[in-house]
Amino acid sequence: MPDFIVYALVAGLSLALVAGPLGSFVVWRRMSYFGDTLAHSALLGIAIGLLSGANLQLSIVAVCIVASLILVSMSRQDNVATDALLGILAHSALAFGIVLLALSGSTQVSLEAYLFGELLTISTPDLALIVLVSITVLLILLMFWNRFLSFTVHEELAGIEGVSVQKLRYLLVILMAVTTAAALKIVGVLLITSLLIIPPAAARQLARSPEQMAILASLLGCLSVLLGVFVAFQLDTPAGPSIVVMASLTYFILHLSNVVTGKGS
Amino acid sequence: MQQSTEITAEANDEHEALIRAKGIAVSFDTHQVLHNVDIEIQRGRIVTLIGPNGAGKTTLVRVILGMLQPDHGEVWKQPGLTIGYMPQRLHIEPTMPMSVVRFLQLTGIRQSDVIKSQLEMLQISHLADQQIRKVSGGELQRVLLVRALLRQPSLLILDEPAQGVDVSGQAELYSLIDTIAEQHHCGILMISHDLHLVMSTTDEVVCLNHHICCHGKPEQVSHDPAFLSLFGARGADNIAVYTHNHNHSHDIDGRVIEEEDDHA
Repeated sequence: MPDFIVYALVAGLSLALVAGPLGSFVVWRRMSYFGDTLAHSALLGIAIGLLSGANLQLSIVAVCIVASLILVSMSRQDNVATDALLGILAHSALAFGIVLLALSGSTQVSLEAYLFGELLTISTPDLALIVLVSITVLLILLMFWNRFLSFTVHEELAGIEGVSVQKLRYLLVILMAVTTAAALKIVGVLLITSLLIIPPAAARQLARSPEQMAILASLLGCLSVLLGVFVAFQLDTPAGPSIVVMASLTYFILHLSNVVTGKGS
Repeated sequence: MQQSTEITAEANDEHEALIRAKGIAVSFDTHQVLHNVDIEIQRGRIVTLIGPNGAGKTTLVRVILGMLQPDHGEVWKQPGLTIGYMPQRLHIEPTMPMSVVRFLQLTGIRQSDVIKSQLEMLQISHLADQQIRKVSGGELQRVLLVRALLRQPSLLILDEPAQGVDVSGQAELYSLIDTIAEQHHCGILMISHDLHLVMSTTDEVVCLNHHICCHGKPEQVSHDPAFLSLFGARGADNIAVYTHNHNHSHDIDGRVIEEEDDHA
């Protein structure tokens, strides 16, 4: 197997592993537009990184974290509905990013690479970062699993039972921000959210417990990565979208079989 | 020396104060919801909070729970006080697969025998492995009650515990709460609209309409002019006496169960 395929598989699989449990929270907490907004603001991070000459990955991570903190603190004001707020931030970050990129006059960046990902040309430092982030995020999710779950099911009850709800809220969006930043190179801005929500949504149809759903989502995500990379290699299609195509196929197949067997709940 | 023994003796007394709120005031924007409210809950006693809609009952509970910071006044809690809370309603995301047992484990209590015995006490053992979204309204209230009880609280706060329970199930639920108060020897604060059902078990009634209109024993309150002006004479009649004279009982869904002999 050529090296670049091994790189793509390791990167994709480690991201799929963490996207299972993390994406389950995105689905349960109805945060998919939040994830989308984060991904859009990542583009602004690229532009700022290029203009300032700072490390690109670092500036993406920084902008994602800042964006997530702004979102969480602004979402508690009630003069703007959350979906409108997310739309405002997502599109203005995207527009600022593109305008800044144009102003920087930089020709070294292809916008397409960041929109759709470039899994097959991933570099060693990128791979290291993705693996490191995935392991860290996964460990933190495991450590706080019961508390995250409790605060997702009922914030007030969790708070009264001694869970520090506010800290968890920030921790969860920071985990999302870091993962989004790391995933950018793999599937690109436009497809990050789909990797976070499609495998958990597919897993929901079989799961009887939150743990089952998270683990199954990881497995389905890994399956999509394996199939997607294989298809990309065989048919010379872009790897990121190929992975998402596979993920959506698993979703629809499971959905259809649920409808046919009449188990749909 | 003698004094300090007296203080300890008082602290162990059955009427030890669990929580004490003084001079609570809360406004949202310019609208004053609570004004100079005092309330105290003692171990072993049931305090019922009544009042019209929008009177600030839930706001007061949120202040007592520490979820809302009052503009004025303070809340004293017995150090190390464990509170069990039963919220008015529970909404579980349809995307969340979760059994009743797993829901109860969210408290951090994992021992299945502890959970089992509580489920048995509230007569809902059969629900253990059911998905919580499929549990009916009356049964869900009991599941929430189990969750509130699991951490063995000294103080139980119930926000309209009988909501969504049909009339016959309500009386049963309130008598269950009464039993819990005795067995766990905890203090209970509950919000309730079901005046006639609550009055027989409650030790103190607090009638709230932004401020405390009147409070005291149920019989006293029902003759208080402030209470009469708030609820009218009919309300007072409702709470005057409520006697059970049943020759049968009901299960949680209200189906009639033939009365069995006392199984000793």
